[in-house]
Amino acid sequence: MSGLSLNGITKQFGDFTAVDNVSLNVPHGTFLCLLGPSGCGKTTLLRMIAGLEEPSHGSIVIDDEDITTIPTHKRNLGMVFQSLALFPHLSVGENIAYPLRIRSRSKDEQVQRVDDLLKLIHLPGFADRPVAKLSGGQRQRVAIARALALSPRLFLLDEPLSALDAKLREAMQVELRQLQQKLGITTIVVTHDQREAMTMADMVVVMGEGRIRQAAPPVEIYRKPADAFVADFIGMTNLLPVEADGAGRATVLGTVIAGLALSNGVGKAQISIRPEDVRIAAPGNGAIAGTVTFVRDLGGTIETFVEAGGKTIISVATPRERPDVATGTQVGVVLPPECCVVLEK
Amino acid sequence: MMQNWLRRLYFIAVALFLAAPLVVVLGVSVNQKQDLTFPPKGFSLAWYAQIFNDQEWRSALIASVLLALSSAAIAVSVALPLSWFLWRRKAPWARIFQLLGIAPFILPPVITALGFLSFWATTGFYGQPWTAAISHAIFFVTLPLVTLSLGFSSIDNSLVEAASTMGADDRTVARTVVLPLILPYLVSGYAFAFVLSLNEYIIAYMTIGFTMETLPIKIFNALRYGYTPTMAAVSVFFVAIAALVFGLIAKFGDIRKLLGAMGSEVR
Amino acid sequence: MRREAPRTVADYAPLAFPALMLIVFFVVPFSIMIAVSFFKRNPAGFYTPDFVFDNYARFLTPFFGGVLGFSLMLAILVAICCVVIAFPFTFLLTKCSRRVQTVWLVCLLSVLSLSEVIIGFSWSTLFSRTAGITNLLVAIGLMSEPQALLPSFGAVLTGMVYQAMPYTILVLYPALVRLDPTLLEAARTLGASPVRAFFNVVTPALRNTLVATLIMVFVFALGSYLLPQILGRPSHWTLSVLITDQAIYQSNMPFAAAMAVFLVLISLALVGLTLLVGRKESAA
Repeated sequence: MSGLSLNGITKQFGDFTAVDNVSLNVPHGTFLCLLGPSGCGKTTLLRMIAGLEEPSHGSIVIDDEDITTIPTHKRNLGMVFQSLALFPHLSVGENIAYPLRIRSRSKDEQVQRVDDLLKLIHLPGFADRPVAKLSGGQRQRVAIARALALSPRLFLLDEPLSALDAKLREAMQVELRQLQQKLGITTIVVTHDQREAMTMADMVVVMGEGRIRQAAPPVEIYRKPADAFVADFIGMTNLLPVEADGAGRATVLGTVIAGLALSNGVGKAQISIRPEDVRIAAPGNGAIAGTVTFVRDLGGTIETFVEAGGKTIISVATPRERPDVATGTQVGVVLPPECCVVLEK
Repeated sequence: MMQNWLRRLYFIAVALFLAAPLVVVLGVSVNQKQDLTFPPKGFSLAWYAQIFNDQEWRSALIASVLLALSSAAIAVSVALPLSWFLWRRKAPWARIFQLLGIAPFILPPVITALGFLSFWATTGFYGQPWTAAISHAIFFVTLPLVTLSLGFSSIDNSLVEAASTMGADDRTVARTVVLPLILPYLVSGYAFAFVLSLNEYIIAYMTIGFTMETLPIKIFNALRYGYTPTMAAVSVFFVAIAALVFGLIAKFGDIRKLLGAMGSEVR
Repeated sequence: MRREAPRTVADYAPLAFPALMLIVFFVVPFSIMIAVSFFKRNPAGFYTPDFVFDNYARFLTPFFGGVLGFSLMLAILVAICCVVIAFPFTFLLTKCSRRVQTVWLVCLLSVLSLSEVIIGFSWSTLFSRTAGITNLLVAIGLMSEPQALLPSFGAVLTGMVYQAMPYTILVLYPALVRLDPTLLEAARTLGASPVRAFFNVVTPALRNTLVATLIMVFVFALGSYLLPQILGRPSHWTLSVLITDQAIYQSNMPFAAAMAVFLVLISLALVGLTLLVGRKESAA
């Protein structure tokens, strides 16, 4: 098939397994985000795709060609490093022209390509500037342009935006996504920022402890997390224990949730429900009884913390949707069954 | 402020201590007559001219410069592949060679000198000019070894990786990324070895002392047989060369970093 | 970049030349010198191969014991003087602006690289009757007539402190530059005067560095071979001078070699001690 596939990739450093039996297909032209907490193996996986680390087991295939043992410099990649890795001894133009220069392309072609790329990243006329004189965002773009100079078949980025401030980062996310769509190049970005992943990706791969926890489009990851790890890592969520009572009905914190069921034979599990799906109502009437312990008014939204049965449940709502309750108020918490994701693992 | 005053006084005292003998030598070197007097009587630069005009002083100068140029070059040619290997490869046992490179410099110089004397005497090359060049190169290999090791360790690994993702093989990476980045360290390593070789006495003396004279040997011999202001002039000349070389290193590189002030963001 | 263990012969190739040079021109000479220390003296040439302990037996004479004792005492004195003067100086230097630091470092390096011959000559001039410092004292009326200050123990000590001072400062410099400035600031906010903070906070924090520096300077001073000759009397000669003298002027290579081996052992023991102290520091 066309695209990238990883088959049973494992990487061990001594006794430590950084990446554990990862298999994945990335169709041509996909924008993929590898998302996970630090130490989950996402960077190691990216470095193996780049050939900077050698897998202990498994194979890497691009467009039907097994590249597992091919050295980095023959893989035809573009990569942006977390530190950006711009050459301090070269100017902006020389940095971008580097992959052409080492392939002995003509001076004219180098100049032409540098001009085109500088236009693409909105920095025309910057060719002769020293790298040290650029701002953070400008360096970022130069690093991207340099990685794209040879129209690589794979575009890899390792935490590329982490050094930028929040505002610039969001702008760059949009820009990067637009650039990728324009060029149609298969792109893999490593990030620990779930907003970044949601903004840019066609497909998000959530990793934890070296394994793929879930690979799906961003909305599905948010709405239908595969397990508690994913649910907890992506956005805010309420993880609550759920039990099947004698009659097979699902019970959360002692209250039966009508319309929610566990699979046959499963006695105990967890549910994940997003705070914006939790409703605060008057006590009774099938709602879980609890006490408001804290109210965080963020202006646009209000977060209400309710303690019920030893657990804290968070509800998020706009001021208009939410009943006016203060700390100490007895309330009922309603969990709409269609919003509850049952995690039976 | 009181404390600032004290500090300034302290700095001036140290500066005076370090400068005093050199100032006296500078004064002595411009005496009109061949007297050892200070403050100088009269003013004359004739003694400086003599370094270049007098047959003996000139040949000593040439011998010293040739020795320093060649031994620094050999030292760098030993240090460069060694430090590259230690940086590039994972071979803990190869550290033994690093230790061997640093040992001659740490041990009292008399010992290294005596080692060379026994070696060249045993092998029968004793007194040949090139033996001094090799001896100095081994003695001073520490300096380029230290600066180059520092240079290699200061290369951000991702620069090398970035180059390889863009298609550069090992050789290309070495030529287009590594070499330009360590060039300042290479140059300063060479310069350090050059200046110290120029000033070195005991090893030069024990290897070629009976067949030819370098400037330090010449000064010492002259010192034993009586005084001439040319000695003072040569001393001033040497201080000037050292200050010039280190000044250039400071101007074009970061001398603070070279001397171990890593993380120079401190100030 | 992956740092890999070398696999093929070609991977080892860069090591060949340096290894060859260091083995042939350092390890071999060193071994020859050790061998020579067991040889017999041959007044006609250098030595005749043999295996005797005579050269080492000569260590047991009172004369040799006196020289050794004096060398060690002198080196210790030099080390203490240097560290006492250099430590506060280096500390203050690291608080200066970048430019001031750079200028000082260039000057210190220039003095450090000076030939021992030149240092000896300079101080002998400074201490001489005709061109010395006493002329200055006469000029301002503190002395009635100039006099020579050498040869004397004071002159030897001054010359050697001068020689070792830049070395001491440059050894202390990295440790002091890296010293966490907030340490001192914290002491200041707690009410310590700068001088007090220096002695109560900086000095204890760098105790091991100071010990290591003392040892380094001690070994450095042990190596001084010309200054005691130029500035002192024969009774001020050190082991290094004696080695040079035996090797060159007395043509007694075996005895010189034996003394050199002895000096190596002392130096190595002390350098080893330095490394040990350094390790403790990084572990703490």
